Amino acid sequence: MSRVESTSASVYHRSVVWLLFLILLLPLLGTLVYSIASSWSATILPSGFTFKWYSQLWSDPRFLAAFGQSLLVCVAALVLSVILILPLLFVVHYHFPKLDALMNILILLPFAVPPVVSSVGLLQLYGSGPLQMVGTPWILIGCYFTVALPFMYRAITNNLQAINLRDLMDSAQLLGASTWQAAFLVVLPNLRKGLMVALLLSFSFLFGEFVFANILVGTRYETLQVFLNNMRNSSGHFTSALVISYFLFVLVLTWVATFLNKDKSQ
Amino acid sequence: MSRGKWLALLCLVPFAVFFIVFQIAPLVWVLIHSVQSEESGWGLANFIKIFNSKFYLQAIQHSLEISFWSSLFGIVIAVLGSYSLRKVDSRLRNFVNAFANMTSNFSGVPLAFAFIILLGFNGSITIMLKQAGIIQDFNLYSKTGLIILYTYFQIPLGVLLLYPAFDALREDWRESASLLGANSWQFWRHIGLPVLTPALLGTFVILLANALGAYATVYALTTGNFNVLPIRIAAMVSGDISLDPNMASALAVILVGLMTLVTLVHQWLLKRSYHVAR
Repeated sequence: MSRVESTSASVYHRSVVWLLFLILLLPLLGTLVYSIASSWSATILPSGFTFKWYSQLWSDPRFLAAFGQSLLVCVAALVLSVILILPLLFVVHYHFPKLDALMNILILLPFAVPPVVSSVGLLQLYGSGPLQMVGTPWILIGCYFTVALPFMYRAITNNLQAINLRDLMDSAQLLGASTWQAAFLVVLPNLRKGLMVALLLSFSFLFGEFVFANILVGTRYETLQVFLNNMRNSSGHFTSALVISYFLFVLVLTWVATFLNKDKSQ
Repeated sequence: MSRGKWLALLCLVPFAVFFIVFQIAPLVWVLIHSVQSEESGWGLANFIKIFNSKFYLQAIQHSLEISFWSSLFGIVIAVLGSYSLRKVDSRLRNFVNAFANMTSNFSGVPLAFAFIILLGFNGSITIMLKQAGIIQDFNLYSKTGLIILYTYFQIPLGVLLLYPAFDALREDWRESASLLGANSWQFWRHIGLPVLTPALLGTFVILLANALGAYATVYALTTGNFNVLPIRIAAMVSGDISLDPNMASALAVILVGLMTLVTLVHQWLLKRSYHVAR
């Protein structure tokens, strides 16, 4: 390829990448500008800038409550997922490797069955009766476990394969450790970083979950996304400040996850 | 079986209980109740009603149309983007890749609100385009508006899935092809596209599934007034009027049927693309 051709190709690729970046950036940028605009209606650019929407947001008790409740539900769901998924993975990979094929089919279910479909059954099954959970955070914690499951399962499986579970367990036992000791003191510490990354990324998408939260619980235990939706009739500047605050929070989490991930590969 | 293995199996019980309660049981409930109706008991009455109702058929048609077009636009932008991403210097590449990763979390309610600011009736882009005389009017709350909105959330996912697929396309093939006299078009027509096809189709069906099941974005944008399948289903179990869980179940079965088809096609393609990559 001649030099002229390759420069024009490189200009083309650079502009496509910048265009892609711009397309992805535009809605965020618009929201950001809106959130610091004092007023902006029926014009292309806002008339002035202010931080009052942020101070109004961060002093709103309903927002702070929703933020706290979201954190609580997501953290609880992730703790539950770890408690349920780690032993499962360990048992599947160490004792019954054949079950992995079955698990790979089962973890497709949360993909194939959208939350809106599960909600139909969940509302009827747990709306009354012995397992009455609709309207409480408990049902969200359970549902979020199923949402996080496919991702956590795959991520930790990759990690387990990378550390050679069987060799690690055998050597630990050869040196006199019991199965429990080997699992907790040798395998678990080796999984720590991979688990952290999986947890941070799962947290970032659970934090944005809306369907289960809105249909099953709604305002009875308001999470951040439901609060945002219920604020639709308040000032657009206020909701923009909310959107940007939410996004920055998730951004920091994903950034930390990417950072940890990179560290691992080096 | 040894005692250790029994103990190990016992460790699976908590997981099984939670999985059954929150994943299997609701699905089974939906499957059973889809073939039940208040008036005629067991049977296919719900499905017959759906396929004879303009309203329900419109919901299915809207869902399919929006999913298809947004997946198509999304994948075209993602292909062009991820191919160019491979060709630029690593600083720009890593930056835009990381940014695309982050925006994949920007969907649902926040995304709908952001689009109202930009493309709503008084959105700044709407006004800009109107003043420039490019458009007369733009309605974000229409099918076209929803396709644009859906396309936006398909792009990061498409880039995420397609970017690694370009690994299969080795640079020396391109050089060999051009040494043998192939031009750019011939290279893509005979080598590039056939190699990428399984990955492209696989990504396309994932995007389809992603759009078919999407509820939050369209709900937040139109407060549930736009007729698509997930909105219809939710309205019949949690709306204020006309609750009909059995009918909701039947519609849900149709949605799950579409999604399962898509998932099966994807699994099949995944197996094929493995061969090609070798």
